[in-house]
Parts: sequence; C-alpha cells; structure tokens
Amino acid sequence: MINKASKVLLEVKNLKAEVGGVEILKGVDLTVRAGEVHAIMGINGSGKSTFSKVLAGHPDYTVTGGQASFEGQDLFSLEPEQRARAGIFLAFQYPVEIPGVSNSALLRLAYNTLQTERGLEELDPLEFDDLIQEKIKVVEMDPSFLGRSVNEGFSGGEKKRNEILQMAVLAPKLAILDETDSGLDIDALRIVAKGVNSLLSSDNAVVMVTHYQRLLNYIVPDYVHVMDGGRIVRTGGKELALELEARGYDWLRAAA
Amino acid sequence: MNLTPKNLTREQCFEQLLLGKTVKSAGWLENIRVEALAHARTLNFPSVRHDDWRFTDLSQLYLHGFQPVDSFARLTLDDIRQWLIPGAIRLVFVDGCYAAELSDLKHAGAGVVVTSLAERLGDRQVESSFGRYAPYKQDAFVALNTNFFEDGSWVHVTGEVARPIQLLHVASKREVSSAIYSRNMVVVEPFSRATVIEDYVVEGGVGLEGGTYFTNAVTEVVLKNDAQLQHIRVQREDKNAFHIGHCTVEVGKNSVYSATSLAFGARVSRHALHIVQQGEGAEMHLNGLALVAGRQIADTHTQVDHAAPRGKSTQLHKCIADASAHAIFSGKIIVHTGAAGTDSVQSSRNLLLSGKARIDTQPQLEIFNDDVSCKHGATIGQIDAGALFFLKSRGLTEERARNLLTHAFAAEIIAKIPVPALVEALSKTILERMGGLGT
Ligand SMILES: Nc1ncnc2c1ncn2[C@@H]1O[C@H](COP(=O)(O)OP(=O)(O)OP(=O)(O)O)[C@@H](O)[C@H]1O
Ligand SMILES: [Mg+2]
Repeated sequence: MINKASKVLLEVKNLKAEVGGVEILKGVDLTVRAGEVHAIMGINGSGKSTFSKVLAGHPDYTVTGGQASFEGQDLFSLEPEQRARAGIFLAFQYPVEIPGVSNSALLRLAYNTLQTERGLEELDPLEFDDLIQEKIKVVEMDPSFLGRSVNEGFSGGEKKRNEILQMAVLAPKLAILDETDSGLDIDALRIVAKGVNSLLSSDNAVVMVTHYQRLLNYIVPDYVHVMDGGRIVRTGGKELALELEARGYDWLRAAA
Repeated sequence: MNLTPKNLTREQCFEQLLLGKTVKSAGWLENIRVEALAHARTLNFPSVRHDDWRFTDLSQLYLHGFQPVDSFARLTLDDIRQWLIPGAIRLVFVDGCYAAELSDLKHAGAGVVVTSLAERLGDRQVESSFGRYAPYKQDAFVALNTNFFEDGSWVHVTGEVARPIQLLHVASKREVSSAIYSRNMVVVEPFSRATVIEDYVVEGGVGLEGGTYFTNAVTEVVLKNDAQLQHIRVQREDKNAFHIGHCTVEVGKNSVYSATSLAFGARVSRHALHIVQQGEGAEMHLNGLALVAGRQIADTHTQVDHAAPRGKSTQLHKCIADASAHAIFSGKIIVHTGAAGTDSVQSSRNLLLSGKARIDTQPQLEIFNDDVSCKHGATIGQIDAGALFFLKSRGLTEERARNLLTHAFAAEIIAKIPVPALVEALSKTILERMGGLGT
C-alpha cells in the first residue's frame, strides 16, 4: 500500500556495480517505503539478480558508484550479516544446499542471532519447535523437511518454499524475493503467495523479482519497475505488468 | 616442569625408550616380550626418508626425552567423568596401568568377557591370539609396545552385546614427559556382535601443567566367521601430546567389520590401520576423520588387503586442517590374486581452512586380479563461498558460518557412530576445537 508519509526503508541512488571488471549495474535508482510492494521485471541478464545480491552484500560484486541506505544507514558500510540483522532478507533465485546442517538447526541459529541483536530472549530447542510448527503452516510445508539438511535433495519448488519459511521465521523489514515464483507449481505458487501476503504489514516491504504476471495476481504490486541494461528504465503501477505481458519488452527497449 | 624438548636425536630418543622398565610376566607372554625386545634392538624409529613416513615429520617427538612411567597415578572418577559413556561396559587404564576402581564391568554378563589382559594370561584364547597379528618384528613402535606394555584390555565376544564397550586410556598429568603403552585385544566369535570404543584421553581434558606424554598404542582385532564388530577409535589426547597407534584386524568369512577412526588431539599423531580380509564374502567399512588446528600433525594410514573372494570394502576419510596444521591420509587397497569379485569404493575428502594448512592425501589401489570393481577418488576443497554467503545473509557472522559448515563436513563421519551419547559428546568436542559457535 502506498503511503507517502510512511518511513523510507531503502533508498538507492545511481548505484553502479561490477563483477570481474565488467559493469553490470549502470545507475539504479529505487526508493522503497514501509508498507509497499514492488515488482522488478526485465529480460534475462538485465541485472535483477545482481541488484538483489548487491543489496544483500554478495562478495563477488564490487560497488563502483552511487549510494544505498537502509533506514538511513549506509548499506555499503555493513557486512552481509549486519544487513540481515538490520532487517534485509534475500530469497535466492538459486538456493544453495548445505549438507550436514539441518533446516531446523539453521533456522534456530539464525532466529536466535536476530533475537540477540534485537535484545530479545533466545529460544531453546523446545521453545523454538513451537514457533517453527506455527511458521511452517505459513508455507504449508511438511514438518519432515525440518529435520533434513538445508535444501539437500529438495526439489526446485521445495527450495523456494524453504526460502519463504526462512523469511517467515526471520520476519525481515525488507524482503527481496528473487524469482521465488519460478519453479513453483500452480498450487504451490498460490500457497507461497498467500504466505508472503500474510507476512506483509504497514511496517515492512517486499521487492519481488519476477518474469510472470501470475505472481502479481496474488501479491498485488504498488509499483512495477522494468530493468534493462543495468538500469531501471520504466516505473509504473500494476497495469505496467499487464502491458508487458501483452506486448513484451521490445517497445520499451526501443524507447529507451 | 619438563615441557621444553631435550633436543635428542632420533636414535637417542629410541635408545632412551629401550631403557624402559622391564615388565615381568609369566610363560608364553614373557617369550613374546623378549622376542619383541630383540627385534626392537635391530630397529630404529623411522625418518622422513622412510617411504611410509615421508609426509609425517616426527622430529618434534624425537626432540623430547620420554621417561618410562615408574609409578602409576591414582585418579578418581571425577578426573575422568567427562569422558565416560553412559551405559557402557568400561575398562579404564591410567598411563597404561589397569584401574579396576574406575572400570565398570557390572553389565559385562553373558556373551562377553571384558577384563585386563594381565588377569587373563591363563586363558588359552588369550595365549592363542595375543601378538599373532601386530607386526612387532617389523615396526619399531609395535616392538616397543609389545615389550614394555604393562597391561591392556581383553575383549572376547561370544554373543550379541548390545551395550557399547569402552576401553578408556587416560594419560595422567605428570611432571616428567612420559612414555605410555596402551594395548588392546578384541576377539569376536562366530555369530557374535559388539561395539567397541577405543578412547585415548587426558586426565581432566585440559592442557598439561608439567611434562607432556607419548602414547604408543597397539590393538589387535580378530573377527572369526559370521561375526560383526563396530570398532570406534577416538584419539582426543592433550594438544601437546604425541600419539602413535597401530591396529591390525583380521576378518573372517561373511563377517562385517566397521571402523570409525577419529583424530582430534595430540601435537603429532599417527594411526595405522591394517585390515586383512581372510574369509570369503567379508565386508569392511572404514570411516575416518582428522581435525587439526594450530601446529598439529595428524597422519592416518590405512591398508585393506582383499585376500579372499567376494569381499566388499567401503572407505570415506576426511581431513580438516586449520591454521598451520598438517593432515596426512594414505589409504591403500590391495586386491590379491584369488580375491575374485572384490567390490571396493574409497573416497578421500578434505577441507583446508587456512592458506598455511596442508593436507596430503594418497589413495592407492593395487589390483592383482580381473573381475573386480574398484573406485577411488580424492578431493581437497575450501569452505564453499556460496554457502558461506547464504549463511551470512541469514545473520550469521563469518566465524559462526564457517564453523557451522566445518562442523557439518565433520558431522557426516561422526553421525555414523552407533552410540548416540558419544556422537553428542564428539559433536561438542568438534565445536570446541573450532573455537565454538559463538556470535
Ligand atoms: N558472478 C558473475 N560473473 C560473471 N558475470 C556475471 C556474474 N553475475 C552476473 N553476471 C552477468 O551479469 C548480467 C546480469 O546478470 P543477472 O543474474 O543479474 O541477470 P538477471 O536479470 O537476474 O537475469 P535472469 O532473469 O536470467 O535471472 C548477466 O549478463 C550475467 O552473465
Ligand atoms: Mg536473476
């Protein structure tokens, strides 16, 4: 929901970043306020995942210009874990497998780290189990996934669902979902979207990277941005996504 | 205080050990001791020029002068409580001497004899098996052990034993750097089954105040036909100690021998495990883990001889080396003529945690037979950067994320131990060795 009076969570200005000497982001601008839902669309290779990972602090990418602040704090002065503790969450386009670390152990470790950061009590395994049993309902996940190694042997869709479970447990202020809808079957998409909706409030915000209108039917965006060549070249309302669905990207690229 | 090395040469160190206290024992064992000493006199400690020792620098051990233990320390249960495995049948040795008051044999009922060797010398079973497997004529350490060992454990399995059997070898804190001899013998009769934990620890588990020590451990294991043994070996010595172990295993027809060998402690350690498949259709499963940091050196040498048809062996060995530590793995699989239908898989996986650490791994296959299936491979890697970033993006510090991933790498081996209380204790040990999961 757009409320111009609400607090600015993320402010990105003219952000430039490169990987291996190649500039990928060529001046990105984006402002996200509490309560807002943003969608970022754009052709393959336009820089959407790069942008997401740069915000989360991925070490492969070097920021070469511009600024980004989170709740007024310079984002690039923070380590990835400090950004997470400040309330930024990235759901990965390609979630990694971590053999030997159980899903529940990781969730508890991450949760307790954030609790400590927020000056709250850590939960012991029993208490945490109560919490997690609630949270898995958000994504309608079978409890048997909790005892398994993180993402190991999970199907593509199960991995995506697992990312949203992590989001549900960590309750971030800003969630960046990189193609969380890709790989989900029709029912799973509905369940995950419902889960994400249930986590949204006027205090937090979500940025969804997606290729498909289908997700936006469930999680209705306040803003739709189109990224091309490492820049946001067009911003509109939810109707922009419908237009892209009907016309593709060529007309925009020609105009740019 | 005797922690400073005495700067002995390899020969001097060996000769000093040859001057150890003579242990008197009756009849047949006396003959073996005398024979072992005679062989010892013709041998010497290996140098790095010795092919089997080329990666393992023992000079730190040689620099020390080790005195034989002349008086045995008395410990209380409190001194060793942290090492006890609840519910286990337990033999305890302090500096190589049997400690009856610390042992717990009340559960050693039908199906198993668990005693000190010295108490059982009259047993024909002991006489017919002791010393027949350990190479005391070829190996200087085994020869010294066979002559100088004071006492050891005797485990004779004649039925299905559900409770784990813990052979706990404790080094006491001493003023003088001491040589400790540990000895074990396990015999598993047909259609019998047991779990044996060979455990090397230090009193209290913290750093020594006075001298350091050198554990020389020798174990012989025999599985007759249709027998099963889970053999777990935990080396969690003091971080300044030295540890050289040798284990020989003979596996009979249709028997299943499963070994898990862990090396966590000691400044310098070596464990040699030699398994001979004597009977047709026997299975051998070997899992190993060496976790070293600081300036530790840990060497694991294994050899599996498939000397009978249709044998099966699987092996997974992992080394984790941090700081300036050095881990060595050499795993030889030999398929002898006549060992038709052998099926063998060996894998060596290694994790380097620092640029100054070093891991040498040598999987070796020698096949003198057609009609066999043998696979082996080795990898050396670092902490996965993608996994590390993922964990940090969930709020974990770099250190915590690295420790979690290292622990997970090690956990694959630990988790195979069929004694939950030990798995839990070892899991904690690993975290402690890595500096914990602190934020
Ligand atoms: N680590 C890297 N090394 C080399 N090139 C990279 C790296 N990361 C991204 N790139 C390049 O940067 C460009 C943008 O990639 P990015 O993953 O951000 O695209 P995207 O918009 O997310 O695409 P998609 O819709 O296919 O997911 C691509 O050309 C990609 O090959
Ligand atoms: Mg992408």
